[in-house]
Amino acid sequence: MVEVDLKARRGGFQFEVACKFAAPWTVVFGPSGAGKSTLLRLIAGLELPEAGRICIHGQYMTDTEIRLRIPPGRRMTGLVAQQPALFPHLSVIENVAYGLAGRVDLGRQTKQQRIDAVLELVGASHLADRSPKRLSGGEAQRVALARALAPRPRLLMLDEPLSALDAGSRDQILTSLQGWLAGENIQTILVTHDAADALATEAEVALIAEGKLTALGPASEVLAIERERLLARLNCGQTRPARPVRKSKAK
Amino acid sequence: MDWQAFALTLKLASLTTAILLCLAVPLAAWLVLGRSRWRAVAEAVTGLPLVLPPTVLGFYLLVLLGPLTGFGRALTSLLGHPLAFSFGGLVVGSVIYSFPFAVQPIVAGFTSVDGSLIDAARLLGAGKLRLLRTILIPLAGRSLLTAAILSFLHTMGEFGVVLMLGGDIPGATRTLSLVLFNQVEGFDYANANRTALMLLIFCVALLTVVYARPKSLAAGARHG
Repeated sequence: MVEVDLKARRGGFQFEVACKFAAPWTVVFGPSGAGKSTLLRLIAGLELPEAGRICIHGQYMTDTEIRLRIPPGRRMTGLVAQQPALFPHLSVIENVAYGLAGRVDLGRQTKQQRIDAVLELVGASHLADRSPKRLSGGEAQRVALARALAPRPRLLMLDEPLSALDAGSRDQILTSLQGWLAGENIQTILVTHDAADALATEAEVALIAEGKLTALGPASEVLAIERERLLARLNCGQTRPARPVRKSKAK
Repeated sequence: MDWQAFALTLKLASLTTAILLCLAVPLAAWLVLGRSRWRAVAEAVTGLPLVLPPTVLGFYLLVLLGPLTGFGRALTSLLGHPLAFSFGGLVVGSVIYSFPFAVQPIVAGFTSVDGSLIDAARLLGAGKLRLLRTILIPLAGRSLLTAAILSFLHTMGEFGVVLMLGGDIPGATRTLSLVLFNQVEGFDYANANRTALMLLIFCVALLTVVYARPKSLAAGARHG
């Protein structure tokens, strides 16, 4: 469970979120610039709040009152953003192995098994020896996801991490990822501004607007209005009169 | 051509460059990655030799390292001889005088590394030392080369600090720039021309290396 009570000033608005993310899979939904990415960066420890605290699985990571700030690398969290940020001077396999290098509790064989497993999970096994400079946008995002999964974080945060993939590939990866994360008992927070993505996952949904949490609950309840809007748009598309087909001149 | 002075100049420039790189890399990393409120003060002090007349710096170092101060007296008793008017004193002066020429290119190189790469490495457990070793230095390799060459050349050409702090002792503190000064003062223009040409060719050759943009190192600076 992740508990946050945060206040921070960001980009012209006051960010104020206090809630508990208890579900294994939570979707943070909201328009662009609402503060979704800020929330993830604050939880990851990459940014500091003006005031507040963050507790991940019972352990306080940030508490401004007592000046507690656990460094990002010791929070056991993974964050995959839209920009893959792969280390350009390391190969794909070296990128994925980066988070395991400091793990003295794991043997070489275990590390290799983990690397192979996560690369296979995201469908990037064939890219292992390639340089990040020779990857497409979608391939780079798959590798970035594998790199975040390899150390087995307690909390995985995904900030629209597969936006460069087509819908089919994205759904395929997300489906296999959900199963794998459930098996590994890794809590996940997924950020999206696409209501269809949020509705498809059947997860708990947190709705954020202008830096404030406006709702938290099951997707069907929180996104009821969005769902109606999408359905209305769909119906509108279906009932629109068909355009007359022009006869082709070439026969 | 005064080959003894040439060898001494090369020795001084090499030693100064090596010391500067050892000091400048961790300092630049601290300036780029650190959150201390003292960073601005540190940057200002680091850049001071750029605007301070070399004679002023040389004078203060001469006083500091000499018998007039407690620090100078302690150093003298520790080493068995005063640091001023010795090769060691020259190295200290050169390191201080060329400090910004080493620190500033490295700071610029580290700053140009994409912040998202640094964030990714920190999330994956990299501390500052590992971040420096595995991300900043490999990706800003060209800036380290630039810093090394600029420091080397700046030390080779320095005059004011060398004269104030080292005097002009053949074999100990007489560098090529002092030789050139002496030759011009003695109206020995033919030899002065040779010495000046030697320094000029050396500087142009090394600066060409900086601006030639070797692909293997430049590639590291581009990422995305």
